[in-house]
Amino acid sequence: MSTPQPLSYRQLFWQVMHRDLKVAVHNKGDILNPLIFLVIVITLFPLGIGPETNLLTRIAPGIIWVAALLSALLSLERLFKNDHSDGSLEQMLLSPQPLFIMVLAKISAHWLLTGLPIILIAPLLALMLHMEPLAYPALMITLALGTPVLSLIGAIGVALTVGLKKGGVLLSLLILPLYIPILIFATAAIEAAALNMPYSGHIAIISALLVLALTLSPFAVSAALRVSTN
Amino acid sequence: MNSLLRAYQLTCIREDRVLFDELSFTVNAGDLIQIEGANGAGKTSLLRLLAGLSLPYEGEVRYREQAITKCRENYYQNLTFIGHLAGVKGELTTVENLSFSLALQQDRIDNIDNAIERVSLTGFEDSYASHLSAGQNRRIALARLWQSTSKIWILDEPFTAIDKSGVAQLEQLFLDHVARGGAIIFTSHQELQIANHSVQRINLEDQI
Repeated sequence: MSTPQPLSYRQLFWQVMHRDLKVAVHNKGDILNPLIFLVIVITLFPLGIGPETNLLTRIAPGIIWVAALLSALLSLERLFKNDHSDGSLEQMLLSPQPLFIMVLAKISAHWLLTGLPIILIAPLLALMLHMEPLAYPALMITLALGTPVLSLIGAIGVALTVGLKKGGVLLSLLILPLYIPILIFATAAIEAAALNMPYSGHIAIISALLVLALTLSPFAVSAALRVSTN
Repeated sequence: MNSLLRAYQLTCIREDRVLFDELSFTVNAGDLIQIEGANGAGKTSLLRLLAGLSLPYEGEVRYREQAITKCRENYYQNLTFIGHLAGVKGELTTVENLSFSLALQQDRIDNIDNAIERVSLTGFEDSYASHLSAGQNRRIALARLWQSTSKIWILDEPFTAIDKSGVAQLEQLFLDHVARGGAIIFTSHQELQIANHSVQRINLEDQI
């Protein structure tokens, strides 16, 4: 009986991500829900505040980012919940393959399904909020760098609460404080851009957070998963 | 002879209740061990401890005389664990489910059709698991055993929802695996029909 070759890290990554995407395609509601939430929140703001373009222009970066943050939070729980309840998480923990690769693949799939759509739809929403045209590049850059951080940090919280029956509130309490730096620097960058001031410093800090989250969070998530299945 | 797996003075406490205290036993190649006990006696807890999914209150589990927390990768290469949750995704087809879990466990991925035939799921290869019955879902999980390259099998209630002919086939597979030098630890409320092999029994209710 020949022992099969172990998968390379890249193969393993693709296998897990491919599987997660396939599962997600079957639950279309799960993908669309956070996005629809985002769109609804942002369309309601101009209606609630009234057609004062100056005010909307002023608060547009904050609205878009807060909505993105909340919609990320809304979609997070799905990351490990189903795998935990049907036992496939156990199988991943018992695999001889490195867990952090699988975790990274799952987080990447989650970002592709929730973060990427937000980035794609953001210009349209910004238009609706009369955002300063100068600020568009900054909005796109901060979202592109920031939404992966939301998924990566959020995954730690989900991993810690996956064993709990009602972990929803706890998850928000754990995660939201960690989201604050991203929110502050992202909106500051967009506001700076709107005033035609340099914003590369803010971007550098968000990039640093991304690198930090990308390298450390898969390990933290792996450790947290082992603890919460205990 | 070196033991494959050794439980060393395991103590498990759940909800302030001692399930078992200083439980020690050895699993050698060729052993077929049935864990017995009433509902809530701690059978599943014991299996999860042995698999390293949870940590014992006291004591440790050793794989080839090494604590499993220190040699996870080696141990998991030689372990197939099927818990009472099947680990089957309803959104994926039979083949997709099986080939994913085989790749994950580094088991043989060639000749999957044979494994599917063995668990009588031929014709359901491309059906979504959510469209299949509970027993068939269970069979998707069990199909892995036919492809398994690992020595130690830990199976939690493998016969649940499996029909008579399926049980007979599984028992035959157990015998083959044990004869090849494997070891099986399982829980079941059913008496095994295997006559020609001595099944060792560990009763958890005697352990307190």
